[in-house]
Amino acid sequence: MLAKRIIPCLDVKDGRVVKGKQFVQLRDAGDPVALAMFYNHEGADELVFLDISASSEGRNTMVEMVKQVAANLNIPFTVGGGIHSLENIKKLLRAGADKVSLNSSAVANPDLIREGADFFGNQCIVCAIDARWHQESGTYKVYTHGGRRATDLDAIAWAKKVVRLGAGEILLTSMDQDGEKNGFELNLTRAISDAVDVPVIASGGAGKASDFLDVFEKGKADAALAASIFHYKETSVASVKAFLKEKGVAVR
Amino acid sequence: MMIGVVDYGMGNLYSLSQALRRLDQTYIISDQAEDLDRADGLILPGVGAFKDAMRLLHEKHLSTYLRTFAETRPLLGICLGMQLLFDESEEGTLTKGLGLIPGRVVRFSGVSEKGRRYKVPHMGWNTLTFINPNSPLLSGVKPDFAYFVHSYFAELKNRGTLVAAADYYGEVPAVVSRGNVYGMQFHPEKSGAFGQALLRNYLQLACRRSESSACRKEKC
Repeated sequence: MLAKRIIPCLDVKDGRVVKGKQFVQLRDAGDPVALAMFYNHEGADELVFLDISASSEGRNTMVEMVKQVAANLNIPFTVGGGIHSLENIKKLLRAGADKVSLNSSAVANPDLIREGADFFGNQCIVCAIDARWHQESGTYKVYTHGGRRATDLDAIAWAKKVVRLGAGEILLTSMDQDGEKNGFELNLTRAISDAVDVPVIASGGAGKASDFLDVFEKGKADAALAASIFHYKETSVASVKAFLKEKGVAVR
Repeated sequence: MMIGVVDYGMGNLYSLSQALRRLDQTYIISDQAEDLDRADGLILPGVGAFKDAMRLLHEKHLSTYLRTFAETRPLLGICLGMQLLFDESEEGTLTKGLGLIPGRVVRFSGVSEKGRRYKVPHMGWNTLTFINPNSPLLSGVKPDFAYFVHSYFAELKNRGTLVAAADYYGEVPAVVSRGNVYGMQFHPEKSGAFGQALLRNYLQLACRRSESSACRKEKC
């Protein structure tokens, strides 16, 4: 039986993981390889590294980091953030990333999804969608640039479009729930999961183990991503999985 | 003992080569038959489209070479590399494969027997069931999760070639073998400790079968 995946997300700035301060047992809490190995050992099914560097030097550091992670890690990982061209995609995948995640650049240039999928296969191209509920229209709208810029795109229609273009997976973040720790956005997640035939990773809002159960059972997500609750040790990947297993959810 | 990784331009060889490095395995990566011929066993990786892969293998004169190699030495296909071992694939237009294991590669229908839609690709961690626990590839390991990413799967002509299977709206061949030819539909290099154990088993059987007596003394 296919397992539901638990995916810790690590924010990386200039080649260093930020937000990792609570890991006292690690000699270097900002070392991407050490953290990747820590999460792997804890039972993470996959990892996402999100590059939040502002400079091009920072971005170049990312390729080096990807190489080091790939040399050590024996589970899949995705790299996102600031990927604007097929050239960026090639560099990161050749450095050993299993998938790249496109967000603002896909909205600005949807053809990038198709180009990437044609070149490397759909399974390498994840489309990240940041969505927020829009009260007036009664729909979810797509946001770009880390949630700072609104677009006119309807999240469900956009999800269908990116899959048609070749996205092999959708990483869906609810801007409404992100950082709230009140649980994932179940309606949005289910709507997107029903709308497309590729796996959906739910993100934004994880606060406790039962939130993961809800997003798998009610939200129909295939995977769930969380950052701060794992980084700050509010819970661990292992305890979330133990809880899910007890509730009858297939986990690795 | 030397492993050859067939580099025919399909997919990312970095992760696989790093997995070999972690297993302390010496390897060469090449698209030249004369280089690969130094190897005691080959690995045929691959990500992408079946048709493109076969075209590249033909262009590089590797398709005939791989068949000859497998007469005496072990060959392991991974993911698309496993699918290439079969007679033919329905991906795109019907394309002939290497014909080393009888069967045809077909697409997941995306609709279950009960008429329910399901997701394609089959992506993520799925459990294996051992059909032939005596296979040397499964030696000393217990059934566990492996990491899959694929939209096509092999329909076997001969069930005797099935070593392990996953369940995804039907039985999906996950490990196959016939003579010196082995295939893994999942990515052992991405399947944690379990994947590493299966890869190690392949290296050991390549080592045992190697004609080099030096190798036998060294590592097996």
